[in-house]
Amino acid sequence: MANICTQIAGLQLRNPVLTASGTFGYGTEFADLINLADLGGIIVKGTTLHPREGNDYPRMTETPSGMLNCVGLHNKGVEHFCQHIYPKIKELPTRVIVNVSGSTIEDYAACAARIDALDRIPAIELNISCPNVRQGGMAFGVTCEGAASVVRAVREVYHKTLIVKLSPNVTNIAEIAQTVEDAGADAVSLINTLLGMAIDIERRCPRLSLATGGLSGPAIRPVAVRCVWQVAKAVRIPVIGLGGIMNADDAIEFFMAGASAIEVGTANFIDPTASVRIAKGINDWLDSHGCHSLQEIVGCVS
Amino acid sequence: MKYLRNFTVTAVEHLNPRNILLRLTDPAAPLPDCHPGQFVEVKVDGSDKTFLRRPLSIHFVDRVNNELWLLVQMVGDGTRALANLQTGNTLNVLLPLGNGFSPVQQQGERVLLVGGGVGVAPLLEYGKYLCEHHATPIFLLGARTREDVLQLDRFKQYGEVYVTTEDGSLGEQGFVTQHSILQNSTFDRISVCGPKPMMQAVAQYARKSNLPCEVSLENLMACGLGACLCCVEKTKKGNVCVCTDGPVFNINDLTW
Repeated sequence: MANICTQIAGLQLRNPVLTASGTFGYGTEFADLINLADLGGIIVKGTTLHPREGNDYPRMTETPSGMLNCVGLHNKGVEHFCQHIYPKIKELPTRVIVNVSGSTIEDYAACAARIDALDRIPAIELNISCPNVRQGGMAFGVTCEGAASVVRAVREVYHKTLIVKLSPNVTNIAEIAQTVEDAGADAVSLINTLLGMAIDIERRCPRLSLATGGLSGPAIRPVAVRCVWQVAKAVRIPVIGLGGIMNADDAIEFFMAGASAIEVGTANFIDPTASVRIAKGINDWLDSHGCHSLQEIVGCVS
Repeated sequence: MKYLRNFTVTAVEHLNPRNILLRLTDPAAPLPDCHPGQFVEVKVDGSDKTFLRRPLSIHFVDRVNNELWLLVQMVGDGTRALANLQTGNTLNVLLPLGNGFSPVQQQGERVLLVGGGVGVAPLLEYGKYLCEHHATPIFLLGARTREDVLQLDRFKQYGEVYVTTEDGSLGEQGFVTQHSILQNSTFDRISVCGPKPMMQAVAQYARKSNLPCEVSLENLMACGLGACLCCVEKTKKGNVCVCTDGPVFNINDLTW
């Protein structure tokens, strides 16, 4: 068995497979179907300082090899998370990481500070790339100044592993990655969804309530692999890759492009066991190719 | 408890040019416990244009033959691919999902089950359940034409069946809310599944008549597990997932 233990800054993972925020609930929704101990970790739903109702229905439409969503950070707020969800998930047999989002820099910092106090949450993923909210979200992640200001503010109050999730809806993602590295990020994860749109031609209206939404699924995988490859060459901090990973071969592409770990997202909707299947598949691939550790292939494609 | 199982297709009955009855069995194990009104998510193989699973109501559970029945309307590429399944094919099914219809409230209660088009699907299993628990289901099925009335004989096994068609080719002409049974009989409560305008009309009738009423929604969904938060319905508690808080809702909880 190859060694697939993974380290993302101070965060030790049993294997390099995480579940992407917003695609795996709080993990408990999948507990009947998989052994959560087989995962590297779970990144729970985007959490904000205040409760958010999210956007109106319809929030989702199927597209070629993917889907568009405009959920809009629907969640009950960080206080609800701390009081009612954290007690249920803190004993899960895997790492639990919280995805943190916000409308203002102050909100991001206050939410992160609240989660800093939770013993069993070793890391946060800072979402500066949600395309489905009118204020904040992606607005911070598409400029170097915006990204740096959020990351700096959160770094001041958050003392554990800080992962920053990047948007692909930018001209130069490597530049943004370097900026958040300089601002104190311990790792970056990429890519969030690509901004897209679909139209119902019979009703002559957008298929999503917000008109636009985030595209995910295998349709975006080549874009994601390219982004990971560009960012991994530009920064010294670890890169977590995601975007349309459906199987172990897809994951291997991301490792070769320079990712130290990966996230499985939309695949969870089609196959709720996808994440553990991929974790096992990575191991099998390494064994069958004579690799003793995952490290041997990380960034091997220059 | 939820399961992900590979079922074998035992029969594909073509009921009319748009609807099929898919009969499935699990060769390896008994079917899990399912409440009437719950649904499944099936994986659609062999369809290039589709990606997500398809949510389908549990139409009937045949414990004797260990069969799960699904009623499918061909509306797009995914459902057309399901209609092309052959006996012996495998279908990956996630089940059972959602909450289901209310249990029997009192022996002998008269429950009006109103279905429109393919929305009749969950009412067969619910009708069977009510019969088995000493309640009386009365079916009111609406469709566009005679050909669109699904599973009539099977519904008749469990209770009186009344029909409306828009063209009058079977039963009374018009919509379900215009059927004379609503004037000529009394009911203790109503359960509805069908197109949203029909369910809203029945909900309005129930409110006017002071009858408890529950409706089964079919919002577009991805995961079926409460993870993606795509299938939300606006309720008095805010946006909630139809897949986990529903698909069955009491109309008093909705903002209709």
